Amino acid sequence: MALAPARISMPAEAKKGEIVEIKALVRHVMETGYRTDNRGQPIPRDIIKSFTVTYAGEEVFGMELNPGVSANPYVIFTTVATETGELVFTWTDQKGAATVERKLLAVVG
Amino acid sequence: MNAFRAAIGAGWLAALTALSVVPAGAQEVPRAPVSGSAFLSQELKAMQADAFANPGVLWLEEGERLWSAVDGKAGKSCQSCHGDAKQSMKGVAARYPAFDAASGKLLNLELRINDCRSRRMVAEPYRYETNELLSLTAYIAAQSRGRPMAVDVTGPAAPYFERGKALFSQRQGQLNLSCAQCHVDRAGQRLRGDTISHGVGVGYPVYRIEWQSAGSLHRRLRACAFGVRAEQADSGSPDYLSLELYLAKRAEGLAIDAPAIRK
Repeated sequence: MALAPARISMPAEAKKGEIVEIKALVRHVMETGYRTDNRGQPIPRDIIKSFTVTYAGEEVFGMELNPGVSANPYVIFTTVATETGELVFTWTDQKGAATVERKLLAVVG
Repeated sequence: MNAFRAAIGAGWLAALTALSVVPAGAQEVPRAPVSGSAFLSQELKAMQADAFANPGVLWLEEGERLWSAVDGKAGKSCQSCHGDAKQSMKGVAARYPAFDAASGKLLNLELRINDCRSRRMVAEPYRYETNELLSLTAYIAAQSRGRPMAVDVTGPAAPYFERGKALFSQRQGQLNLSCAQCHVDRAGQRLRGDTISHGVGVGYPVYRIEWQSAGSLHRRLRACAFGVRAEQADSGSPDYLSLELYLAKRAEGLAIDAPAIRK
C-alpha cells in the first residue's frame, strides 16, 4: 500500500542566503511491532525507515526513523536558500514503498 | 491558517456568548459549560489551532478528497448531490444526531454518510472507525466549526433522547460508575494525568494522542466503558446513538471545534 498523504509547509520564494523553515507531516501508523492485539497476537511492525529531502538535486536533510517515533511523524528543519530549485521529499517505509512530494522554492534577489 | 485560527477563535466567542444567553429553566438538561478543548495544555491548544500541526487535519484533507471521489454503482460522489461541502455542509454537524424519517432511525453523521452511500451511491457502506469514514465525518464536521450545537430532541427523536438520558446516569461496570458521576459531579477535577471533561462531543472526530490517530465519539464512549470495566457496546449501536444525542443536547450552544485534539 502506498503511504498516506503527506503535507508540506514552506515559503514559495525566499531571498538568496535566507534561512527557510520547512515543515513536513506524513500520515503513518508507525506500528512498533512490540504491541499485541486484543487476542494477544503480536501486531507486525510497520514503520517508515527513512525520510530524505533533496534541494536542487542535493540532499539537505536525512533522517532514519525507528520504532520509537510516534505515528504521523512531524519534522521541522531549516535550509539555506541558494538557488531556485525543486525540493523532493521522500518517505520510505520498511517494505521500500515510498511517498514522494515535490515543492518548488524560488530564489529571488 | 489564519482563517482556521479565526474560526476557532470565533468558536470560543460563540460558546461564551451562548453561555450567557441560555435562559434558565428553558430545558431540564443541565448544560455543559465548555468543550473538552478547554482542558488542553497550552501546547496542545496551540497544536489544535495550527492547521498544519494539527494531525486531525490529515483526515480532514482525505475527507475533502473523498467528498468528490466517485464510488458505487450509481456513479456518484457526495459532490454529485450536495455540491460544494463548504457551502452545503455548513452547520449540518450541529444538527446531528437527527431522526431520519426515511429509515425510521436516529442517525449520526457517520451513519448518515453510510446511509447516503448505500441508498444514493449504491456503494458499500464504510465500516465504523475506518480512515475513510473518519475522514469524511471530520471533513463534514469541520464545515460547522464555530457553529453552536442545536439538536432536535422532540418528536420521533424523543425516545432516543430519554434512553440516552437514562444511560448517562445509569451506573455500570465493575467500578459501578455512571457517566454523570465523572462528567457532571467531577468535571474539571483530575483523573490521573488528565482533566475530566464535561462529556461533550463537539470536537469529534478528534485526534487523540493516546490513540495516535483520529477516532470517533463512539470509540471514546467504548474507551470510557472500558475504563469503568463495563461491557462495551458496538460503535453505531442504538445505545451509543442515544447517548450521543443526549450529549449533543447537553452541549447545546457550544461551538463545534472538530477536528479537535485530545490527550
